[in-house]
Amino acid sequence: MTDPALGGGGAGPAAHTVASKLSGYLRGGGAAVPLVTALLAFLAGGVVVLAAGANPIDTYRAIFEGAGLNWLFPWVSGDDRVLAALNLQQTLLLTTPLILTGLAVAFAFRAGLFNIGGQGQYLVGSFAAVYAGSSLDGMPAALHVIVAIVAGCVVGGLWAGIAGLLKATTGANEVISTIMLNWTALYVGIYFFGLGGPLHSSDPAMSSIPVSNDVLESARLPVFWGDPELQGLHVGIFVAVAVAILFWVLLNRSVTGYEVRAVGFNPDAAEYGGINAGRNYVKVMAICGVFAGLAGALDVLGWQFRIATNDIPVSQLGFFGIAVALLGRNTASGTVVAALLFGALLNGTSVRNLDPTIFEPNLASNLTYIIQGLIVMFVSAPVLVEMMSPGRLRRRFAPRRTSRGETT
Amino acid sequence: MTAAPAAPAAPAAGSGRPGGSRLRARLERVSRAAWLGWAGIALGLIACYIALPPLLVRTLIPSLVIAAAGIGLGVVAVRAGEKRVGWGAVVACVAGAFGAYGAVKSGVGNLERVIVWSALLAAALRYATPLTFGALGGVISERSGVINIGLEGMMLTGAFFGVWGADVTQSWTGGILIGLAAGGVMGLLHAIFAVSLRADQIVSGTAINFLALGITGFLYVKIYGDQGTPDDLPEIPDVSLPIGWIPFLGDALEQLNLMIWLGLILVAVMSLFLFRTPSGLRLRSVGENPLAADTAGISPIRVRYCAVVASGALAALGGVFLSIGFVHSFTQNMTIGKGFIALAVVIVGKWRPGAALAAALLFGFSSALAQRLPVFSPTTATLLQALPYVLTLIAVAGVVGRSRAPAADGTPYKRW
Repeated sequence: MTDPALGGGGAGPAAHTVASKLSGYLRGGGAAVPLVTALLAFLAGGVVVLAAGANPIDTYRAIFEGAGLNWLFPWVSGDDRVLAALNLQQTLLLTTPLILTGLAVAFAFRAGLFNIGGQGQYLVGSFAAVYAGSSLDGMPAALHVIVAIVAGCVVGGLWAGIAGLLKATTGANEVISTIMLNWTALYVGIYFFGLGGPLHSSDPAMSSIPVSNDVLESARLPVFWGDPELQGLHVGIFVAVAVAILFWVLLNRSVTGYEVRAVGFNPDAAEYGGINAGRNYVKVMAICGVFAGLAGALDVLGWQFRIATNDIPVSQLGFFGIAVALLGRNTASGTVVAALLFGALLNGTSVRNLDPTIFEPNLASNLTYIIQGLIVMFVSAPVLVEMMSPGRLRRRFAPRRTSRGETT
Repeated sequence: MTAAPAAPAAPAAGSGRPGGSRLRARLERVSRAAWLGWAGIALGLIACYIALPPLLVRTLIPSLVIAAAGIGLGVVAVRAGEKRVGWGAVVACVAGAFGAYGAVKSGVGNLERVIVWSALLAAALRYATPLTFGALGGVISERSGVINIGLEGMMLTGAFFGVWGADVTQSWTGGILIGLAAGGVMGLLHAIFAVSLRADQIVSGTAINFLALGITGFLYVKIYGDQGTPDDLPEIPDVSLPIGWIPFLGDALEQLNLMIWLGLILVAVMSLFLFRTPSGLRLRSVGENPLAADTAGISPIRVRYCAVVASGALAALGGVFLSIGFVHSFTQNMTIGKGFIALAVVIVGKWRPGAALAAALLFGFSSALAQRLPVFSPTTATLLQALPYVLTLIAVAGVVGRSRAPAADGTPYKRW
């Protein structure tokens, strides 16, 4: 029932889940492979920059500083340090949802599922959170935040659960169903918050602007670094890191996690061992949706405070979660580091932070997609991964390569 | 699963049985209960149809009676064991009744403006064409055993390079050729990873999509900047047929884009190629059992390379039509998921070109309808934009158990 072919028809060896095929990459030695992967992708990106007639070293340096990562250098001081702090706050603002959308993809991978629906789950999570955060006036602050966050999580989980349920009951491949749910979420959002939509802003001044109501003060996440008026860093980053830890505990220290990994490696064997693979798919997708929905909720409650329909199609954080998870080898710690990398890349290439005389920001944002694509591409091929691994690892994998069974 | 054992639905090329008896043999395998189910589905459609122009029955009762009869047939089919068709009939009748209700409640003027069948058919053909090309690409790739999630990216590549080629060469043929070649290159990239490097095909296809998004966006900004693509792009011409006098089809088909006809022709060509030529048989054998094909002297590697490159080129043709045949410009990420819908079309069409065309027309029709409904209410029309995606979701969930992928689809081949 888990044939990798998109029809899910029933033929073919069952062991070929995404997780099992990527297992060489996912389990093999240390941080070396992801580092080499990222390095190669950045090198290729540098060639693109060069081809566009700019200096790649200057460009990457500008992106690095635009991301505020120079704040980490103790010798940066004075105005530079203030600016770097501001930039780093923005980077971490992006890192927060990226950690969570990355975990949403990673968790599914570990169960042998490919969740491309992080974007849709992120969106519906943000819709629910902005609705809960902008209504329910008069609720005590701490409670209101929690209610709004939970609303985002629950709706995200239900949305992703649809894909899991369809897979479990009809065998519909989760890749197609999650992509379709992404587009459905997008149009539902445009309908909800667009002019004349049911959740369009009730403020008369906004009657011709397609936005939601603003999130009330009581539902906003507190800012702990920087100026709350200037998009300072909210506490959501701690929530995201805590969820990453929870992810590790859930996966490695709980019965659920054991079942998830068992189904991921070989659904038929897991089923034979008494694990209900179908129910597991629903559970896994719902958990993924909770992660991604939480990302949407934190963004809305932490710094966006409203949803403008024009921003909905532009948002790509859910898609970046795929590259984050793959680069992070679908582990909790790896995902956090990869999210920081992509947060820096996204922020450093933004129109606001990249000096157009060094490199055109509109070009640079597309460069980010190219780098993202290259990373995903390199990771997909076990042969490449083996080539990138240190020799020790190659020897360890040697017997696996000669074992038969792939060519059934 | 039901389609398998005794009489394969697709006999090997040159099996020599006349077409009529093959069709009859296939029809004989459909059980009586399934016929009832299909009749129920037809009744559901009729229930909705009579409330629309030109019949315009302005009371709900006939529709409800017909829909109830259809539900009855569906229930009978379910009880006789034909669950899918039976439930399909029930769903179709309920939907048909709701459709009829909506039609009866809305004004005759609006209805006559929206439901112009010939215009709807023409629009459905237009919206279906990118899907048709994409689905043909999907069929050839998956028949050879390589899943191509990258259709979306290949289509987007075709859309951009179609515009660029047309702009640079100042001719639409140049646009088509350059778009085609660019799609082929993306296909080649996918082939290198999926075939030679034995990558996970779904992950590498996803990478193709990201890459295409980045590359086309990068080049678009670099070449056209803030201006957008030029207004005087050469456009793929329409084909005018002198058939305006035929009552219904004449109106729909007399003025259609060249690419629409090309798509329809390619469906037939692909069908003949896959099921009536030795090369097609080889390609399918590689998709079913590459080891056996290899033993028989066919190189699975070479066949898969050819198939995936062709797949990229075909998907790119869909993009070329979209950019210089349909909307006459390029915008970033303009394919908005059409490649993924094409993938669903492949599955719903059971990896067959003809059936895929039918599925593409269904999705095209839903897009055409969504495009025309703003007459009733602009806000809800936004929601209807989601219709093709929801329909895809339902279709994939509804048919998937019945349609069987090529056995080796998605499995990398390694010679030992």
